[in-house]
Amino acid sequence: MSPIEQDIVDEFDLFDDWLAKYDHLIALGKELPPLEAAHKNDDNLIRGCQSKVWLYAECPNGLLHFTADSDAIITRGMVALLLRVVQNRPAEEVAREPFAFLNAIGLTSHLSPTRANGLASMVKQIKFYALAYAANE
Amino acid sequence: MDPRNLLPTSLLDEFPILKQTINGRPLVYLDNAATVQKPECVLNAVDHYYRTDNANVHRGVHTLSQRATDSFEAAREQLRMHLNAAHTHEILWTRGTTEGVNLVAHGFRTFLQPGDALVVSTLEHHSNLVPWQMLAQATGAELRFIPLLDDGSLDQDAYLELLDRRVKLVAFNHISNALGTVNPVQSMTAAAHQVGAAVFVDGAQAVPHSTVDVQALDVDFYAFSGHKMYGPTGMGVLYGKTEWLERLPPYMGGGEMIDQVRLEGSTYAGLPFKFEAGTPHIAGAIGLAEASRWMHRVGLERIARHEDELLRYATAKLQTVDGIRLYGTAAHKAAVISFNLDGAHPYDVGMLLDQMGIAVRTGQHCTQPIMDRYGIPGTVRASLAAYTTVEHLDTLVDGVQKAARMLL
Repeated sequence: MSPIEQDIVDEFDLFDDWLAKYDHLIALGKELPPLEAAHKNDDNLIRGCQSKVWLYAECPNGLLHFTADSDAIITRGMVALLLRVVQNRPAEEVAREPFAFLNAIGLTSHLSPTRANGLASMVKQIKFYALAYAANE
Repeated sequence: MDPRNLLPTSLLDEFPILKQTINGRPLVYLDNAATVQKPECVLNAVDHYYRTDNANVHRGVHTLSQRATDSFEAAREQLRMHLNAAHTHEILWTRGTTEGVNLVAHGFRTFLQPGDALVVSTLEHHSNLVPWQMLAQATGAELRFIPLLDDGSLDQDAYLELLDRRVKLVAFNHISNALGTVNPVQSMTAAAHQVGAAVFVDGAQAVPHSTVDVQALDVDFYAFSGHKMYGPTGMGVLYGKTEWLERLPPYMGGGEMIDQVRLEGSTYAGLPFKFEAGTPHIAGAIGLAEASRWMHRVGLERIARHEDELLRYATAKLQTVDGIRLYGTAAHKAAVISFNLDGAHPYDVGMLLDQMGIAVRTGQHCTQPIMDRYGIPGTVRASLAAYTTVEHLDTLVDGVQKAARMLL
């Protein structure tokens, strides 16, 4: 696990019950920098979520930069966690990222493709961007 | 108001699944409009059938086959009685409400032509909308929609204006799964019959919560699912008046539904078997009949009054939560409370309630047109059953209050 992922795990260890962990996710969701209105369009909308999620990526200087938004705050919190791990890293590295921290903080149960929250779809879309930019280099 | 459990809370003891904890808290199951839990007697009836009577029906001369056939046909009679249908052969077994809608919609392809019209309400589950869209597409018939008023009831004046001699069928639900609105089935049916249209009613949300008398309602078709009325999944009923079922062509071909089979063509069995190709869901029918008997033992009227009382109680209490907005406020409602917290996505509210052991449904409830009508992505829906208690609803209101504090 990367140091950033370890930070996330330590952060979640501070809370002893799940409601407190969700409180933290909500706080992270509120802090997520906004997505420019121009990128909040159907092209960047991820299918398979009960809430809407928009994800946009650029790759200046070979490093991936993501911005995202959701109409649900807990979903924004989950997106914020994923982005912390992949932000400003080389595309080919992100394409191989196992997101091990999700298991460590007990979020893996939300990763099943049948879960309505679409966490699995977000991970897939992040990797899709990474693969596309890696192939262009 | 003095909150009372009109039904004894000991009813809960009959439902083994409800005695568990979710995320460390006692389960509060309020997703009954999606499916209800099964009492011990229904589980036992299905188990007993497989352990002692399992055989194919209507075929064998051996004892097991006779026993299975007797239970299977006794189940049909039990459901006839449940609906007060005139004849046992008017009770067709289906996989659920959806199959009932599709069976009728498919059969009507032979009756409709361009220039004919169908009237469908805008309060429908997708299952009572999409099959009619397919029917319209296949036949060139026109689709007309009954609009929704702000309180979640159907605009009856607009409905009457949609009716003319071109309308061949009218489809709507008895009780809305998304908003809980109870529709005036009797008067809507009478109006449709005045112009010679057949009436199809989706009763999925009504049969679990009230007494349904298809002869008093005078509907031509009435469909519902067993799993929403304490019975097994994969089992449902389509009621049809004899004269309509005789005219309607078979939906599926196969064994059991035929009279004589020659290579060049076949003749079909009589009612109800014409519509029941293949080996039926025998255990499902037996379980559903036991569910019907269970409902009668508890008392259909008592269940309805218990749930009405709880609905009033929960509605009043939820209205005290800051920032809450209720959807569906018609005068006549049953068993469903749909709401949002202003500024919070229903998904967020549902996730937090799940963490507190409370099972509700969030989203569009398979009723996208209704959500579009209100301009919302969905709602949080709490729905009641006979085993719901005042304490469950207190837990819900506490949970919603906690979610509001966290999210707003």
